[in-house]
Amino acid sequence: MKTVEMERNPKILAFLCNWCSYAGADLAGIGRMQYPPNIRVVRVPCSGRVNPYFIIKALQRGWDGVLVSGCHPGDCHYISGNLVARRRFAVLKDLLEYLGIEPGRVNFSWVSAAEGEKFANVVNDVVDKVKALGPAERLVKV
Amino acid sequence: MREIAQELLSEGKVDVIVGYGQGTLPLRTTPCFINKAEDVPKLVWNASCDANLSRYLVGREDKVGVVAKGCDARAILVCTVEKQILRENVVIIGVPCPGVIDKKKVEAKLDGKEALDAIIEDEEIKVKGEEFEYVLPIEDFTCDSCLTCRHRNPPIYDVLVGEKAPEAPDADEFAEVSSLESRSAEERWAHFEEELSKCIRCYACRNVCPLCYCKECFVDQTMPAWFGKTNRLSDTMIYHIVRAFHVAGRCVDCGACSRACPMDINLRQLVKKTEKIVRERFNYEAGISLEEVPPLGEFKMQDAQEFIR
Repeated sequence: MKTVEMERNPKILAFLCNWCSYAGADLAGIGRMQYPPNIRVVRVPCSGRVNPYFIIKALQRGWDGVLVSGCHPGDCHYISGNLVARRRFAVLKDLLEYLGIEPGRVNFSWVSAAEGEKFANVVNDVVDKVKALGPAERLVKV
Repeated sequence: MREIAQELLSEGKVDVIVGYGQGTLPLRTTPCFINKAEDVPKLVWNASCDANLSRYLVGREDKVGVVAKGCDARAILVCTVEKQILRENVVIIGVPCPGVIDKKKVEAKLDGKEALDAIIEDEEIKVKGEEFEYVLPIEDFTCDSCLTCRHRNPPIYDVLVGEKAPEAPDADEFAEVSSLESRSAEERWAHFEEELSKCIRCYACRNVCPLCYCKECFVDQTMPAWFGKTNRLSDTMIYHIVRAFHVAGRCVDCGACSRACPMDINLRQLVKKTEKIVRERFNYEAGISLEEVPPLGEFKMQDAQEFIR
């Protein structure tokens, strides 16, 4: 039962940076843009605040997908938080894929405060990808 | 080596020498701390000196002379870059190293029989036990990471013992990683599940790693308790993933974790991948230069971001 429901409604955890992506998500809402209700947002001060633990922990807890979104390179409120994070995420993503975690589970994007439409598109894409993958099984602690 | 150690101690250049002493079991050496010049003969050097002694330098405040193979010296260098070791407090006695013996390979050969004595000669190990004696070519029993080692001579040292060793043949150090990469995600996942399910969470790999010097490791933290401490596969795999991630761009491939593992898990194929990622993405090799900033401590505006939308 659970599986059928999950396939229809994957749960996706989204870490959005306060200064760009969170405002972008807000703009998407204000602009009444449509995107699936599958994401749960965690507001973080900067994409650099997102410890790789968070992503792994989310997968362990059974989230079907993770999205991390921050400011475009050069636009970081803290000058370079997203650039340092970019290197970390690159290593993490390659490592998880090497282990055999499906690439679509862990997603990253840059969304500025003016890109409400891009935010809606990103969420649409991530939800489609995760739906195609089905419910998460790898790393999940049952 | 003993002469150099004698000289350093008697001239008061160092307070202690950290080297290898004869262990109590065949093919075992143990870390050995020498304070007095008359104890210097306890030092030994042979192909069973596999411990990475840079482990013992972090947190020391006295002057230390340390016996360092290529990989040990690189680990010392990484710790120095990370400000865990003060370079001026350490006298590195570099030893060119043709590779160390992997005791697990010897044990596999003995197939349960107990070795009572082992003598290491130039190219051979003579292993004796009750009613058997093997003469084994060292080459076939060398540690995997030594077989493809490209840094047999320490990149930094204060004194070098003997002649520089010839560098390793052009074996592909990432061969194992590449062969795994060529398999499908499902196969890889099954492979790692099988491999890591052997883990008993003894943390020997962490305790032996020269770069795992955190005062409190993430798996030991309880406030908050980030990760489960159980033997369940999910917890175990996460421990290994995060440990591999923590040594990304720092690991010098000394092979200590694989050698220390009592369950014979091939940890190298996991940490070696992080080394490969960092090499390919950031063109960085750990433990080579004192000046270069570690890759995850800096950034470039033009870093690749093909995985980000």
